[in-house]
Amino acid sequence: MAAFSSLTEKLQQAFKKLRGKGILSEKDVSEAVREVRLALLEADVNYKVVKEFIGKIRERAVGQEVMKSLTPAQQVVKIVSEEMTELMGGAKSSLVVADKPPTVIMLVGLQGAGKTTTAAKLARYFRNLGRRPLLVAADVYRPAAVQQLQSLGEKLKLPVFSMGEKVEPVNIVQGAVKRAQKEGYDQVIVDTAGRLHINEQLMEELKRMKETAEAHETLLVVDAMTGQDAVKVAEAFHEKLGLTGVILTKLDGDTRGGAALSVKAVTGCPIKFIGMGEKLEALEPFYPERMTSRILGMGDVLTLIEKAQSQVDKDKAKDLERKIRENQFNLEDFLEQLQQMKSVGSLENILEMLPGNAMGKQFKNLKIGEKDLIKTEAIIQSMTIQERNNPEILNGSRKKRIASGSGTRVQDVNRLLKQFAQARQLMRQMESSSRGATGKLSKKMKNKRFHFPLFR
Amino acid sequence: MVSLVPRLVEGLAKTRKGLLGKMGDLINRSGKIDEEFYEELEEILISADVGVKTTTELLENVREEVLKKRVKEPAKVLDIIKKNIQEILGEGTSALNLEGVPPRVFLVVGVNGVGKTTTIGKLAYFLKQKGKTVLLAAGDTFRAAAIEQLEEWSRRAGAQIIKHQEGADAAAVAFDAVRAAKSRMIDVVIIDTAGRLQTKKNLMAEVSKIQRVVEKEVQGAPHEVLLILDATTGQNAVSQARLFGEAVNVTGLVLSKLDGTAKGGIVIAVRGELNVPVKFIGIGEQIGDLRVFNSEEFVKALFGEEGSGSR
Ligand SMILES: Nc1nc2c(ncn2[C@@H]2O[C@H](COP(=O)(O)OP(=O)(O)OP(=O)(O)O)[C@@H](O)[C@H]2O)c(=O)[nH]1
Ligand SMILES: [Mg+2]
Repeated sequence: MAAFSSLTEKLQQAFKKLRGKGILSEKDVSEAVREVRLALLEADVNYKVVKEFIGKIRERAVGQEVMKSLTPAQQVVKIVSEEMTELMGGAKSSLVVADKPPTVIMLVGLQGAGKTTTAAKLARYFRNLGRRPLLVAADVYRPAAVQQLQSLGEKLKLPVFSMGEKVEPVNIVQGAVKRAQKEGYDQVIVDTAGRLHINEQLMEELKRMKETAEAHETLLVVDAMTGQDAVKVAEAFHEKLGLTGVILTKLDGDTRGGAALSVKAVTGCPIKFIGMGEKLEALEPFYPERMTSRILGMGDVLTLIEKAQSQVDKDKAKDLERKIRENQFNLEDFLEQLQQMKSVGSLENILEMLPGNAMGKQFKNLKIGEKDLIKTEAIIQSMTIQERNNPEILNGSRKKRIASGSGTRVQDVNRLLKQFAQARQLMRQMESSSRGATGKLSKKMKNKRFHFPLFR
Repeated sequence: MVSLVPRLVEGLAKTRKGLLGKMGDLINRSGKIDEEFYEELEEILISADVGVKTTTELLENVREEVLKKRVKEPAKVLDIIKKNIQEILGEGTSALNLEGVPPRVFLVVGVNGVGKTTTIGKLAYFLKQKGKTVLLAAGDTFRAAAIEQLEEWSRRAGAQIIKHQEGADAAAVAFDAVRAAKSRMIDVVIIDTAGRLQTKKNLMAEVSKIQRVVEKEVQGAPHEVLLILDATTGQNAVSQARLFGEAVNVTGLVLSKLDGTAKGGIVIAVRGELNVPVKFIGIGEQIGDLRVFNSEEFVKALFGEEGSGSR
């Protein structure tokens, strides 16, 4: 939670100010937009990019859309995430395949961005697509860079083209393309030495490499933790080389990755892949919506679930997942969930963490204090098993009985039932949206590849 | 190896131009201290990766002083900012912990690709120049060819090296290195470690273990735990400093790749959070491209005065 908290808090404060106000003044909107701006800056989105972006947001927010809306907070979130997702590329894009093989891909970027590892990941990716990749070791500057790629090639059992460290990189790529043509490799992946965007001679060298190899794709590898300079770096590489895409690395950490937005904004090049770990399979397609959620800090949902998960034992979690899926989630489960949430942190906090700001008002009633929890417990405990499993059967007289049994009022029972219905709906929403990609909830969580619609 | 094209920029010259250019322009341009002026100051600081929080605090202090001292000229504001940044960064230089019974044990940590291994090469050379004997421990047993990379640096710097196979236990390498250093009467042991993201609990536990192992072997060890931060990193550096600080006893920061960025403002944000001095800056890929960090000169350089921010 720590990782995202300040960003989320900021946005939430902003939206809280908007929430519940009904009709908004221009000043209200400005206030919220200001908070969004700070949040983006904290996420390392470039200052100038933020300025422009915020301009757009303000325009839309001040317009009818938000000010007349009964749910202004939701509207602002919607506008921000729509605009951001669009800025980051709308739909995902794929890599070019040359009409006449081999397709040549060059990886370029600053020192330490992760080019070598990414080259190996791409080779693996192509092999899995049934292609024949050839890795090319063209980093002759960094000590042992050639060995590094060779060693990765060995691990993958894929060929690495190398001419040692004493040959000019331009000649290496030339040799590599020839080799590929001769031996039927259809995908050439060139690892280049990291270099500074301000080093004109080395930038010139890249340009010659690109021209010699007639590269089809020139991909900028960018460390997702990069700060404000990401813009300058991307601009310089793009200007010199005409980039065709970007790969963001090290997104498995807690960086908010604002560089993604900056780089996309200044180059216009699509982000084609993201690196999610040191393992060679940790290369994933880029989904703009997920990145948006991440930059906006909506990823807290995952943290919440992980946190709750660590408190619940695995079987229970599985059971719960099944119940939600089969719509069998009942009041007893509800009670258990509430109790677990209590041990995770105050309910208020938990609900704040949910992308519920997007759902905001709808779940406002879900806010239950610790005192209410005791009441809730008493109410549920006054129900028969049948009632707990099947709350639909609760009619007036049953409710009366339960109220007197638990020392509460019928309104309390009704409120609880309403909350339960909302919780059930929320859980189903969460569950079904998380299932789209690869299967079961619990398994994905275990693999840390849990893809919330609003995460990563 | 093809010789590296001669470096085009001397590290901090860039840094200097970065803030100076902009601040100078602003001061020359602004007749008075108004909201617009503050907003532009904010832009300059945030664009230098100083971060929202630190920038806001900094500017609050500045506003306060401007009011209190009834400052009217924009130029004076510069002095106030400078003073405030200086306060955050602490004073002068912070020496390496070299005094005491050898071997002195240094542990080098950081996220992937920040420049740990290169910095170790440079640091070994720096210490050799001072007449110390140095032994490197190839503690990155994870990344492909990390051992070979460090070996190359040990050759360049004229340092000894202790290594195991790829995949070996890093703590065992550190242990052997420290033992070897004791029996060979080595002055300084520098332990390389695999890059790791600070959020990976198990990997962070591994660096803690390395620290514990050397603690047991040599009194007071590790005498330095250097956290390498990439100067192009944004606000995540704060998280890096915090979480590495929780896992190991970080004694100093090294700001690498300062030749690439006009900024380095992240160090202000990090120092605003954590009380650990910056000890060195890296200004290139060559063995001599390491400078002792001097905060006064750094601040001067930031604002384009005398000195290069380094010695
Ligand atoms: N321009 C510049 N490049 C640097 C500097 N320090 C290191 N590098 C380069 O950054 C890249 C990564 O450096 P390494 O020393 O391998 O980084 P590391 O932290 O050991 O990397 P891992 O072990 O892979 O985590 C190399 O290409 C270095 O040459 C510096 O001060 N300036
Ligand atoms: Mg290394």
